[in-house]
Parts: sequence; C-alpha cells; structure tokens
Amino acid sequence: MKKIILPFLCLILIISHMTGCVEEEQVQEKVLIFGMAGDADKLDPADVTDGESISRMDNIFEGLVEYVPGGTEIQPALATSWDISDDGLNITFDLRENVKFHDGTDFNADAVVFSFERQYNTTHPHHDYGEWAYWGYMFSDIASVEKINDYKVIIHLKKPNAAMMTSLAMFTVAIVSPTNAEKWGEDAFKYPVGTGPFEFVEWVKDDHITLEKYDDYWRETAKLDKLIFKVIEDPSSRLLAIQAGEIHGMEYPDPTSFDIIENDDDLQLLSQAGMNVGYLAMNTGYGYYDENENGVRDTDEAWVETPGYFEPLTNVLVRKAINHAINKTAIVESLYKGTAIAAKNGMPPFMLGYNDAVEDFEYDPDYAMELLDEAGYPNGFNTTLWVMPVSRPYMFDPPKIAEAIQSYLADVGITVELYQIDWSTYLEETENGEHPMCLLGWTGDNGDPDNFMNVLYGANSASIGTAGNVAFYNNSEVQEKFTEALQTYDTDDRATLYEEAQVLIHEDAPFVYLAHATQNIVFVKNVKGYTLNPTERKFFYQVDLE
Amino acid sequence: MIWYISKRLLQLIPVILGVTIIAFSLIHIAPGDPARTMLGQHATEKELNEIREKYGLDEPIYVQYGLWLSDVLRGDFGRSIITREEVLDEISSRFPNTIELTIMSMLFATIVGGLAGIISASKQYSVTDYTVMGVALFGISMPVFWLGIMLMLVFGVILGWLPIGGRIDLFIPYTRVTGFMIIDSIITFNLPAFISSIRHLILPSIALGTIPMAMIARVTRSSMLEVLRQDFIRTERAKGLSERAVIYKHAVRNAMVPVVTVIGLNFGLLLSGAILTETIFSWPGLGRLVVEAVYERDYPLVVGCILIFSIVFVIVNLITDILYTYIDPRIKYE
Amino acid sequence: MNRWELLKNSYNKLHSYLKRYSIFHVKYVDGSPRETRTQELVRRFRYNKSAVFGLILILVLVFMAVFADFIAPNDPNPSPPELQNSLQPGFWDENGAEGKPLGTDMLGRCVLSRIIYGSRISLSVGFVAVGIATALGVTIGVLAGYFGRWVDSILMRGVDIIFSFPALLLAIVIVATIGQGLDKAMIAIGIVYSPQMARIMRGSVLYIKEMEYIEAQKAIGSNNIRIIFRHVLPNSLSPVIVYGTLLMASAILDAAALGFLGLGAQPPTPEWGAMLSESRFYIVSGAWWAATFPGIAIIFAVLGLNLLGDGLRDILDPRLKS
Repeated sequence: MKKIILPFLCLILIISHMTGCVEEEQVQEKVLIFGMAGDADKLDPADVTDGESISRMDNIFEGLVEYVPGGTEIQPALATSWDISDDGLNITFDLRENVKFHDGTDFNADAVVFSFERQYNTTHPHHDYGEWAYWGYMFSDIASVEKINDYKVIIHLKKPNAAMMTSLAMFTVAIVSPTNAEKWGEDAFKYPVGTGPFEFVEWVKDDHITLEKYDDYWRETAKLDKLIFKVIEDPSSRLLAIQAGEIHGMEYPDPTSFDIIENDDDLQLLSQAGMNVGYLAMNTGYGYYDENENGVRDTDEAWVETPGYFEPLTNVLVRKAINHAINKTAIVESLYKGTAIAAKNGMPPFMLGYNDAVEDFEYDPDYAMELLDEAGYPNGFNTTLWVMPVSRPYMFDPPKIAEAIQSYLADVGITVELYQIDWSTYLEETENGEHPMCLLGWTGDNGDPDNFMNVLYGANSASIGTAGNVAFYNNSEVQEKFTEALQTYDTDDRATLYEEAQVLIHEDAPFVYLAHATQNIVFVKNVKGYTLNPTERKFFYQVDLE
Repeated sequence: MIWYISKRLLQLIPVILGVTIIAFSLIHIAPGDPARTMLGQHATEKELNEIREKYGLDEPIYVQYGLWLSDVLRGDFGRSIITREEVLDEISSRFPNTIELTIMSMLFATIVGGLAGIISASKQYSVTDYTVMGVALFGISMPVFWLGIMLMLVFGVILGWLPIGGRIDLFIPYTRVTGFMIIDSIITFNLPAFISSIRHLILPSIALGTIPMAMIARVTRSSMLEVLRQDFIRTERAKGLSERAVIYKHAVRNAMVPVVTVIGLNFGLLLSGAILTETIFSWPGLGRLVVEAVYERDYPLVVGCILIFSIVFVIVNLITDILYTYIDPRIKYE
Repeated sequence: MNRWELLKNSYNKLHSYLKRYSIFHVKYVDGSPRETRTQELVRRFRYNKSAVFGLILILVLVFMAVFADFIAPNDPNPSPPELQNSLQPGFWDENGAEGKPLGTDMLGRCVLSRIIYGSRISLSVGFVAVGIATALGVTIGVLAGYFGRWVDSILMRGVDIIFSFPALLLAIVIVATIGQGLDKAMIAIGIVYSPQMARIMRGSVLYIKEMEYIEAQKAIGSNNIRIIFRHVLPNSLSPVIVYGTLLMASAILDAAALGFLGLGAQPPTPEWGAMLSESRFYIVSGAWWAATFPGIAIIFAVLGLNLLGDGLRDILDPRLKS
C-alpha cells in the first residue's frame, strides 16, 4: 500500500505543475479576467447606485457624452454636438448616425427619449420596473426630453443647472435599447443591450459576467476579445489569484498587502487620489416623504421622525463630542495603512469650492466627555452603529473601522453595538433612516461639487426611503446655498457658496468625516492602456493584453 | 431484507414530513408578514396578493402547509428573493459541487483513515500506533476552518503549489453535462479541465476530510483490535497464513462493520463542515449558498437548502443502515 | 507544649483526618488494599495517561479563564484602541511588539491576552450549551425510556427529526431565526445537541429498567417519580458525564464555527472563532499570527476535553465504547 501512495502523490504534484504549461496556450484570444470584490446588483445602468454594477455596465453602455480618459471633462460620444440655450433651460443635441445597439437595432432619438423618460415619467410603462434613485439625486432638474427628429433631441430643464453637462456622462443616462427593454420587460436588468465596445454574453450570479468584443462598434473595435468580470469576494484569494496569473487585474487590494504587490515584479499597482469621502453619519432625527417624487421637499411634505430617531444624536454637542472622541489620524495610518488622507470636509481637497480654512475637530476624549456632560449625558449612552459588510472605495474594511470607532466611543462612555447586514439591505435600511449611526461614504460621479454636497448634505436629499443624506441633516440655509450654486455658472460664485456651506456643516457636525481614500487597482505586467478615472469607473475599451 | 428496507423507508416518511414542517415554520416564525418573507422587500402589492392567494395566507395554518407542501413536491420551491431565480435552479446548479467535495473528502477520509487504523491495529502499542493515534486525536479536535486556513497558508501562499479558491481555473473552457466537474471533464475528454478541477479539489477535500479521517482511523483501529483477538483469527494464523493475509483478507472484512456506521454518522459532519470549507475556499457549493442565504434573509432559499440537506442526510443514513445489515447478517432488526 | 509540638500535633491531626477521608489514600487491611468506589475510580484515572493529560489541559484552561485578569499581559480590548500597534509580530521576530509575545491583530490588540480572555467565553459556551442539551436531553430521554411504548415512539421520532439536520446547519438556522449573539448561539447549540443526550439517557434508562431492583421497587409500590429520581437518574450519571464532556468539546468547536461565520460572538468579544475570521485575510500579507494562535487555542481546549471524555469513558463505563 505504502509503495503506491508515494508515487501517486508525486504524480499529482507533477501534474499540478504541468497545468501551468497548458494555460499559456490560450493566448490566441485576448481574454482579460478582472477580479471584482462583489457581484453586480442589476445590469440596468439607470437603476443602480453601486460601483460593482456600474463597472460592468460602463463597458456595455454609452451616453450622449463621455469623460475623457482619466478626467472628468466631457467629450462627444453618442451625441456629436450640443447647444445650450441662453437661458440655460434647453440643450439641443445632434445625435450620431449609423450607430447600432448590440441587438442590431438602430440608435436614434427614440432610444434617447426612452432611456430618459422611463425614469421621470411616472406613467411610462417601464417606470415601475426600477427605482431610478440617481435620477432623484442628479437629474430632477430635467423636465422632459423631446424628440425633434430621428437624430435630434432637446432636453428641457426646469431651472439652469451648471453641472448638467458633466452629469450627462454618467451611467444613469446611458442609452439602452428600447427594443430589448420591451422584449424582456421587468427582467430587462438581466439582459443589457447597449452601444458600447463590449456586448453582454452571460451573467452567472455570484460567479462571473462575460462580455465579448462588439464587432459593429461605431469606433474602432476594442483590442480585447473577451472581458470577464470574475467575482472573488475574499481579498486574499483575489491577491493569490492574480499572483498565480489566474486573473489579470483586480480591484480593492488589501492595504496590508501593498508591500507585497510593490515588490512583485509581475504586478503593477495603479494608484490615484480618490474622489471620494468615507464618513460616520449620525442620524439627526428628521426626514420627509417625497410623495410626488420630484427630489425636492415641497412645503406640504412635512418633517417627520425617522425610524432611527435617537434623541442624544439630535443634540449638536453630542455630535461634536463624538467627533472629538475619534482619532482619525490613527485610523488613517493604521487601518487604511496610509492609503488615504484624513478628511475634515465632505468632499475631497482638489474639488472646486473645498474650504481648507475649516479646522478639523481635534482628537480629545477628555473634551468630548465634557461636551457629553454639558449635553446632559454624563454617563454616556448606548446605541447601535450600522456597518457595511463589503469593501467600498472609501473604506476597505468597514468592520475593522467600526470596531475601532466602537473602542474610541467606549472610552468616552458611549457603548456601541455593531449591526451588520448584507449590502443591498444595508443600502435600503440606511436610505430609510433606520439607523442611529452608520458608516457610509460616496464616490464622486461627475467631478462637480454639487454631486457631493447637494446629494449628501442637502435637506432635499433627506427623503425617507431614497435618502442620499443619511444623516438626515436638514439645514435649509445650507440647502439654499446648494440650490443657488447649482444654478450659477460662475465658478467663483459657486466656490464661495460651497465654502460657506462647509462652514455651516462643520458647525452642525452631522457627520464624522473619516477619510478620502486613494483608488487602487492591480494589474499583471502585460496589461497596458488602462487609465484610472477619478470617478472610479472602469473603462476597458483602450486596454490591451500583451 | 426487502421487508426491512421497505419498513425503513416507511419510517423515513414521518421524519421527512417533520423536516418539512420545521422548514415551513421558519417562514412563519421570522418576523414580519410571511408573504413579504417569501418575496422580499421589493415585492409589489400585486405580487404579494398573488402569493397570499396562492398559499391562502388567510387560511388556517394546516391548509397553508398543505398548499406549500404540494408545491414543494412538484418542485416549486419558490424564488430567491435576491436573484429572483427559482430556488430549485439555484440549488441544482450548486448541488453537484458540494457532492463532489463531500465524496472526495469521504474517499480521502476512508482510505487514509482506514489504512491508518489498520496499520495502527496491526502494530499495537508500537511507536507507529501511538503516532497515528496521536495525530488522529489532534484531527478530531481541529476546527475545520482553521485547518483550511493553515492548508491555504502552507500550500497556497508559502509553497504556492495549489490554488486556494474556486472550482476550476477561470479561462479553461468547460462544458457542463452532469454538473459534476470531474465526470464532465472525463466525458468530454477535457484534460485541462480535469486536471484543474482535481487540483482545486485537493486542499478543500483534505481540510474537510481530516476530522472524519481521524474518527475513522480510531474506530477502525479499535474494531480491528477486537476482531484480531477473536478465535477465528487464531485459527487462520494456526493454519500458517502470513500475518499480512490474516489482516487484510480476514480481519478487515469483519472489522468494517462498525466503520460503516461511522462513515454514515460522519456524513452529517461532512455536510456541516462543507459549509465552513466552502466559505474559506470560495467553493461554489450548497454550503456557501445557505450561509449567504441566511445572511441575506433569503428565506425561500434557506428553506430550500435545508430541505435538500436534510433529505440527503436522511437518505445517506438509510443507506448506511441498509449496508450495515447487508455486511453483517448476524444483526437482525425487528 | 511548646510551639513546635503544637504544630506537629495539628499536622498529625490533619494527616489522620485526610487519611480517613481522602480519595487518594488507600487503607490496607490485612495487607491488601480496600478501596472505596471513588478511590478505585481515581486510581484508574491516574493510570490512564491520556485522561490525566486531558485533565491538565482543561485545568490550564480553567485557570486561564479564572485568573485572566492576572495572567494576561495586556488589556484584550484597550479603549481607546492602540491602532499604532497594528499587525505586529511577536517574540519570534526582532521587530516584534514589546510586551505582546504573540503579536497583535489589525486593531493593535495583544493576541495572547485575547486568547486568554477568550477561554472564558469558550468555557462558558461549552458549559451552558451542554447544560441546556443535558437538561432537555435528560428530560426527553428519561420520559421516553421509562414510559416506553407510544411516548417513546413519538419522542424518538422528534429526536430523529432534529437528528436529520447536520448540526452546524441547524445551529445556523436557529440563530437566523432567533438572532445573532453569543447567548443565542449557546441556546442554538444546546438545542442541536439535545438529541444526542436524549438518546444516551434513553439507552441508559432502558438498561437500568431491566435491572431487578427496579422491578422490586415497582412491586413494593413506589411511584414512578420516586423511582426515576432516586434510582434511574443517579445510575445514568456516568454516561451523561462522559458524553457531556465530549459534547462540550463539540460545542466549543461549533461555537467557534458560528463565531467564524459572524453569527455568534459579536465584536469586540475575544472569541477564538471570531478572532480567526477577523484575521484570516492578513495571512496573505504575511501576518499569520493573528489567525494561527486562536486556532491552536481551540485545538488544545477541544483536545483536552476529548482526552478527558475518553478517559472518563474508559474508567467509568468501558461498555460505552461500542
């Protein structure tokens, strides 16, 4: 018996090494496998808010305009040119001709109108198939989209919007095939058909999504033949997979492994300052129900207590105390391992209107306890902190950060219980205001400060059920500044308004701003042509595998 | 014999019914409206009303149970809340992976454990004996997940010999026939797939199979020791048969009886362990599915998984019992 | 008497007192040892090396749990956290953290201290879970075994149903229903193990039922409850003790598994399984200690209990081996 076992084991080991040789013969077809930390939620570009879904779709769909590689300036895409009227209320687009969707149908004005209308028109037959959360955040100023002829549309705005053009490069207003949407009805989110360089092949849930080069693309076809997004949730497995050459690229490398990656000659680490913010949001108590779904709080929509209403957190002294109790520098150094900078404002430093004059809350637990005492909580209190279970661009390991925060708050007498739930439910519950405190953050979508400030800190965004403002911070003065800034085209005026707003926010302290994290992607050495985009969207069109 | 089997099958029925009752009650114990529990947060009023009618959620509970059960018997386990796919589809796509892992682990455990036990028994009180039994003792004390992590560390990270996750390398084309990757790759003459799937199976199988292996080793040893003491062995030895033949031809066959029982009992351990092993090795199987389903409160999926797990477990136990009687006709069951 | 003699006197009195009642000291009568039953058990135990070893391991564990405050080098949950010590190696590395022999985890906490405090958790989980299992199991088993016939049938069917779920799966499902947390995990594991206890108890009861003096008691007319409490239960004690120990080993493993899956102990509790799951991703980056040592702790605890249980089985009731 023993005589058989040993040679058998050797045989297995030998064969294991042989497979290395077999794998290399696959190079004729250029297949790039990219390791993702999670699966997509849906594949309808207008109905998603999470980076996982967005990454897949940015290679299938396109919009009227697109970002230049690596930046947030826009260039023509499905629209060849546009004209903004003098009052800023109408934008006329000339559409590109001879573009076909992946299913062979033509791209034309009907498709544009369909893609937009299903989101804002509550009577549209497809309106109930999705939640269209982003429409409320960014596009509620659009009154209607009108077709003039097959290749001309006009977008009518309710009021001038300085960020609208850059917003139109977002995935929310990517153009989908109406024929396909009609064919699949409510299941259309599983069968994406767009005009982009890659077409959809298959989606095996929680495993992978395969995209193939679209041969009739209106520009030069992509260099890659196949693009596969593979789900590998475990960051260790992802790293080992890329080291073993099983995948060619991956997102969200664990900050503790950066040394290893940088010392590995076969890997390249791409980094860029991130256009994001990670924060601890404290539910200040009151939200509203946006009955007419217009993204704005009308006078008849009253402030009501959110489900997560927690009295201590309605007191600004308590919120300031919490700010003083958390040592952000330590967290950034030790938990982010230097892959982030400590945050003091709600948007990253390089953005228009960033107020550097704001002085951050210093780490001072004794002072924090004084504040708590003053607020009437000398013995602290108990509460719950909602924690996300998945890596985000602004926080690689939320549970660890939550534990650290738990420990800091325990030091000043606040006992925190951690509450974790799966990602989609987490988003739902926080959008519903069920939390007293939660960890969350945001990655910028269009490079415009409004995309941060208005969506995250505006009172209009404190709508229960679709809140972008998860601290339910309802300062009307701040909201006015945002609204004004959005309608102004003068950048200096806008900057002043945002700076003033940041001062007010700092005084009210509804958030503990933690960090702005760098964006990091790892590739194997022979992947060329990938450009990081500040929005952290992943475009593989220009990428080549050598 | 047939009589015995049919009797046991009949006894199975109330047990399986009991399992379904427990599974069914989960949906109703869970906080909230049962219709919502079955469909999830996103369900529209229309869908909720459809389900309410279908399962008669206003009717007495035994009627609901009956309706639900009749659906289940027809294969309709409902839809997963998260993916909106049929629960049965989700389960059947992952089921073969778990079975492959379990069988491989069982093979590993039985072969290595059995051999160890036999060798140990034949060299009782020697250094080999103590070493093997010592290792076995460690084996049954080890947490599956820790062993998996250690194996990953040594063979995946430090030595880099074996892959640490997934079922098969990613860019190897693979056609699915039965869902059992090993069988499929043999059927389709797909050597790279075959090799890759075996490589990916090695570490998880060892991790999962170690505890049963240790148990089997111990039981085999004690069983062998008992058998070796018996008279008929002395007779064989007296006849002049070599020690080896005595052991392998005669003793083993008789010693296998309690071992078979242990294998059957261990199957439950394997299923439990599969849950942990699949999580660590990112194995796309039923164990990982059920953990995720529980985490996401995807009740239809949880219920479906529980039913399948239990039914498989019960059937395996039945088979073990039957084998037991077959191997040892001395035991008569009333 | 002077002080010295007083001392000798008291020592002698103490010694003879101990000799009379000690379980270790065997009286000799006419040159041959007469030992009480307890003394016999103790002697057999001492000679069973593995049982002794197991007992030592468990005693170490208990010692760690009881005296954690004194023997742990650091605070297992420093507040505020000392993040600057994140992921530092221990004594084997020259850059190792000072005062933290086994290194630190991601949040800078001393691994050794957490392991020591974690013993409290594991032991209490083991006790409580097995306690629940025993309470439930003994009740069911005694009822089924003693009253027999249809009571037995129904109860055993129920037990079979619970048996038809793989242990961990059932625990996970129970936790999913009643909620997460260490206390809920204990209840879940207790429920999952009660069938085993029930079966053991039932077997034991059946065996004892056959014994003649039970028949005799019934003949005299003692009522059932009296018989159960005065005769059946005490005689079934040995299998319960043996299996209780062995089940405690499994309970610790399962509690660690639940902690590993995030369904048991919640942060910042230093439960061994949870510690493993928290730190397993850092192995790839080279920080292997935070995940390895908690696992070793689990092994020793479980090993100790298994050895002890085996040993107890050997000495109390070799019959149970089959």
